[in-house]
Amino acid sequence: MELPLISDEQVEILLSDLLEHYGYDFTGYSKASLKRRVIRLYSLDKIPGFAEFRYKIINDNVYFKRFVEQITVNVTEMFRDPVFFKTLRDVVLPRLGTYPFIRIWLAGCSTGEEAYSIAILLKELNLLHKSLIYATDLNPSVLEKAGQGMFQLSYMKQYSENYILSGGKNDFSSYYTAKYSLAKFNDELRGKMIFSTHNLVSDHSFNEFQLILCRNVLIYFDRDLQHKVLELFDDSLEDLGYLALGTKETIDFSRISRKYKRLQSEKIWRKTN
Amino acid sequence: MENCEALIIGGSAGSLDVLLRVLPAIRPDIKFPVIIVIHRKHGADSLLPELLSGRTRMEVKEAEEKEEIVPGTVYVAPSDYHLLVELNRTFSLDYSEKVNYSRPAIDVTFQTAAEVYKRKLVCLLLSGSNSDGVNGLKTVKEWGGTAIIQNPETAQVAFMPQQAKQHVKIDRILNIEDMAEFINLLS
Repeated sequence: MELPLISDEQVEILLSDLLEHYGYDFTGYSKASLKRRVIRLYSLDKIPGFAEFRYKIINDNVYFKRFVEQITVNVTEMFRDPVFFKTLRDVVLPRLGTYPFIRIWLAGCSTGEEAYSIAILLKELNLLHKSLIYATDLNPSVLEKAGQGMFQLSYMKQYSENYILSGGKNDFSSYYTAKYSLAKFNDELRGKMIFSTHNLVSDHSFNEFQLILCRNVLIYFDRDLQHKVLELFDDSLEDLGYLALGTKETIDFSRISRKYKRLQSEKIWRKTN
Repeated sequence: MENCEALIIGGSAGSLDVLLRVLPAIRPDIKFPVIIVIHRKHGADSLLPELLSGRTRMEVKEAEEKEEIVPGTVYVAPSDYHLLVELNRTFSLDYSEKVNYSRPAIDVTFQTAAEVYKRKLVCLLLSGSNSDGVNGLKTVKEWGGTAIIQNPETAQVAFMPQQAKQHVKIDRILNIEDMAEFINLLS
């Protein structure tokens, strides 16, 4: 398969189109990854030429949504990096359990697998009743899917293994009902989630939280945008609250880092006052 | 051959042994970075850089996102992320779909680096049991870079270099014992 070539300049043109016509700003995204996604979609949809591609994105609202959904990465799983979830279970959430009410922001939640994982942890720690998970993403379509709480039944074996490695003691299948090829997660979990669109690039802080999770999102941003988003998180986090990032992400380079103390070996930092 | 500005080595099953043999014989004062993309199980993360750093005087480290790519350093792609090279010669990580059932995928690193280093990129594909790396080598050739493979006849698993040999115009086919000398002459 020969890769169709879209030049860096053409990617820039598409990004300024998106900004001008839809207000979506991707100019702070890492270029290599973004370009790869754009080329992938261009080839997947068998677009005959760059002019058509551009025209479709500007004039076809349905295609524009597809474009944004496809150039952003929405790959996720339940209890990904089980050791991380074990630290949430054993250290972070029990400490937050002393609060009368727990507000958690899951930024870049994609199709919701992490939101349900966290809800399961809260349920097992007997904290779910006094918790709210605000799960946000810039793609409305992934949020719609997240809200349904239905995932491929075929993934459940892997998720169950992750769950057990994260310290889960229950029968993982007790959290969902199998419906044909899908696993529908219990409404009790869904009841403590609020799904809403939020664009980390352009939207502001909307609440104060005790825990913010944003895993494998910052890797797609350039350093300037990472700085900006980390400041947004800092503005949205209470003193003594926790910030959790992806395995390969860090706050070390950023201006907010002096206010934070890292927890053990995980990518979790606690805000000091 | 033009000056080399980056060497990328991709491999899968049977490639670790090759690396462990070749790395000690590479001169530590080479003038380009060595970027290694090896398929392996998710979870055994820091082990590979550690293992390799015992075999060379060069610095060996896991490639970090936004990190500047420095000559004379050996970078290892972290497990379960794709490793991309940016135009400003830094790394990006990407957790998108697997490519050729692999993450990191050799194709992704070869392809993004091809556009950056163009004629000054050398890519070496080692032993392996799937066809990851083959499309990447094609892109490397399109941008004027150099495509090299391990001799399939002496590879533990011949499939990967064999596929490359069939589908890409390969510049050199090397036996393990000739690799270090070839690399040392690139500087």
